[in-house]
Amino acid sequence: MAATGDIQHHIYSITVENKFGVLSRVAGLFARRGFNIVSLAVSPTEDERFSRMTIVVDAASAPLEQVTKQLHKLIPVIKVMELHPDDAVERELMLVTVKAEVDTRSQITELASIFEARIEDVGFEAITIQVAGRPDKLDAITDLLTPFGIVELQRTGQIALPKLSRSQQRLRAVKTRGA
Amino acid sequence: MQLTGAQALIKSLEQEAVEVMFGLPGGAILPVYDPLIDSSIRHILVRHEQGAGHMAEGYAHATGRPGVAMVTSGPAATNIVTPLCDAYMDSIPIVVITGQVPYANIGTDAFQECDTVGITMPVTKHNWLVTDSQDIPRIVREAFHVATTGRPGPVLVDVPKDIANQTMDWYWPDSIDLPGYKPTTKGHSKQIKDAARLMSQSKRPVIYAGGGILKARAAEALKELVELTGFPVVTTLMARGAFPDDHELCLGMPGMHGNYTAVTSMQQADLLIALGSRFDDRVTGKVGAFAPEAKIIHVDIDPAELGKVRRPDVPIVGDCRRVIEELVKAVSSDKAKHEDDEAAWPSLDEWHTRLKEWQRDFPLVYEQTEGGPLKPQFCVDQLRDHTPDDTIVVSGVGQHQMWASQRWKFNHPYTFVNSGGLGTMGFAVPAAIGAKVGCPSRMVWAIDGDGCFQMTAQELVTAASERIPIKVAILNNAYLGMVRQWQELFYEERYSEVYLSPDLPDYVKWAEAMGCEGIRVDHAEEVEPAIEKANAIDDRPVVIDFRTDYREKVYPMVPAGHSNDEIILDPAHDSFGER
Repeated sequence: MAATGDIQHHIYSITVENKFGVLSRVAGLFARRGFNIVSLAVSPTEDERFSRMTIVVDAASAPLEQVTKQLHKLIPVIKVMELHPDDAVERELMLVTVKAEVDTRSQITELASIFEARIEDVGFEAITIQVAGRPDKLDAITDLLTPFGIVELQRTGQIALPKLSRSQQRLRAVKTRGA
Repeated sequence: MQLTGAQALIKSLEQEAVEVMFGLPGGAILPVYDPLIDSSIRHILVRHEQGAGHMAEGYAHATGRPGVAMVTSGPAATNIVTPLCDAYMDSIPIVVITGQVPYANIGTDAFQECDTVGITMPVTKHNWLVTDSQDIPRIVREAFHVATTGRPGPVLVDVPKDIANQTMDWYWPDSIDLPGYKPTTKGHSKQIKDAARLMSQSKRPVIYAGGGILKARAAEALKELVELTGFPVVTTLMARGAFPDDHELCLGMPGMHGNYTAVTSMQQADLLIALGSRFDDRVTGKVGAFAPEAKIIHVDIDPAELGKVRRPDVPIVGDCRRVIEELVKAVSSDKAKHEDDEAAWPSLDEWHTRLKEWQRDFPLVYEQTEGGPLKPQFCVDQLRDHTPDDTIVVSGVGQHQMWASQRWKFNHPYTFVNSGGLGTMGFAVPAAIGAKVGCPSRMVWAIDGDGCFQMTAQELVTAASERIPIKVAILNNAYLGMVRQWQELFYEERYSEVYLSPDLPDYVKWAEAMGCEGIRVDHAEEVEPAIEKANAIDDRPVVIDFRTDYREKVYPMVPAGHSNDEIILDPAHDSFGER
């Protein structure tokens, strides 16, 4: 993609009407400009009429600014916030199935306990672990498990909420109005 | 009261005060065409669904009211994608109703099924798939609201056939609940004050008026602002008529084929006041070299336009009319407050003089020699001079469009209808029909090219059968003229697939076959009598086939991607490309 400026991780928290087709409208704005969505998580909020999408996208800031403005213009989009990583609580969940022979199993369970991960399933030759935390924590345990042989891995994609009080002023609401 | 979804749809359109709709029935929309028989709404049966969409656009352009088109599913829906995109680019409020296969059959590759909502998502302001007939009044109300408020645009409502047949309890919603849609119409007062302050410092200001002025019904407000400040105005292709061409502060059209004064005034300005304009590439040329010394005040109802191309010094989100009215107040009070400040509100005499010199030295030129080939500009001039002042001019896309915009004197708003952003060839004939339906007492002339005309000419059958007496002037140079011009100038005269023939089709016979009067004009002296004859006919459409000089090119011209400083004047000018 011919982008200008530095390509960076951007986390968007988008409140939308909880209706069919909204995800397609939102995703379309990114796709049309050739932006790859790194991760995406959608679920209803505390108010069932609305859903919150957490979208992580790698892109330069300037073209992304235009996308966020276009997001505001979508009728079912209520609010768009960019969450600065320092000012957000980000969490992600990962399920990973690792080869675990008799002689390596204890090493893997030890690793799991260091990372406060849970063993969710055990087979003869593999175990499935659940890890939750910041994305970099998930990256770290993935690296450490790789030598044992990862069979399958699935991450949920990040969800995020703004941190409270002390960092509120850095939270960048990119205006909530469409036109 | 129990109604079918179809009856509720028609009744909802009546509630929205729809007086006319353009369309063509088919399988999936059949249920909705039945109650239409009993409705007060006039339906105009088109010959191709693209025509329905452009007619709705022409109607909306000319009247300011939303145009309505109704077509069936599948191919009909895809045929109307072009008008939707056209309306999206030019912010034209139209409401398109499409039929859809029965709800349960969606996604089964049913006959005449297509994903209409998916296909039209990127070319509509919003669209709806109706899944319950009970929702129809609400959705119609929302559709008209979204189409006509904020930055106007096209919307689409897709109605599955079984939903149209399903009964519902009639109601009409008394309010609209769209929590994510609240356009800002009032400009920020501090920004307006800042704008006035910036204006007070300018020695070389230009008001860059765009189509938003017309959408916001802001022509009067603009005139007031101009007369208060003495700032000159350029009117973009979408804003022709928003400020009268006969006003001494009107500089005309800027951009790729703008006149020298309009283009150069912006290049040399120290302040641009962009009102409802969007720094389109056809206006700016190479963005980095556009108006290099100018500070920018940018007013637009769409926040996404501010900073999209050029970062404004003072951005103002709001409705153009409201913001301009506030600006008028802010300027008046700034002037009063800084009466003794010599630096504020400097004299613009020097600037006005420079502009007048350019206008004198670099006018638009062409020469119609006696007995020589018929010049297209001459035809446009003659049309302009022999039609009423409030004639609505509709054009297609290409050379004829530029000549129409350059040479006509647009002294009233809503007198020029054309396809700006999308550049849709074939726009003129159906859009002219829509404009005439909306303004039956006005004379409507389409100025079209021979290439454009061939794309949608069949709608003249619609016009003839519905007795919509539009007039069409084909500037027939037997070429895809604008493409030919680019091939001549930028591809070493290697003409690739641009020749069309002046005689094939025979436009006069074709016009007659479609129930129109056909007139052929080969020589300059026949032009005026032909126009007078056409003007006198009011019971059927008229087509004049003007056989024009294919060598004629549109000047001035800024080659695509070049700086506006590199404007190429007509070779007839002595100084070629020089300031």
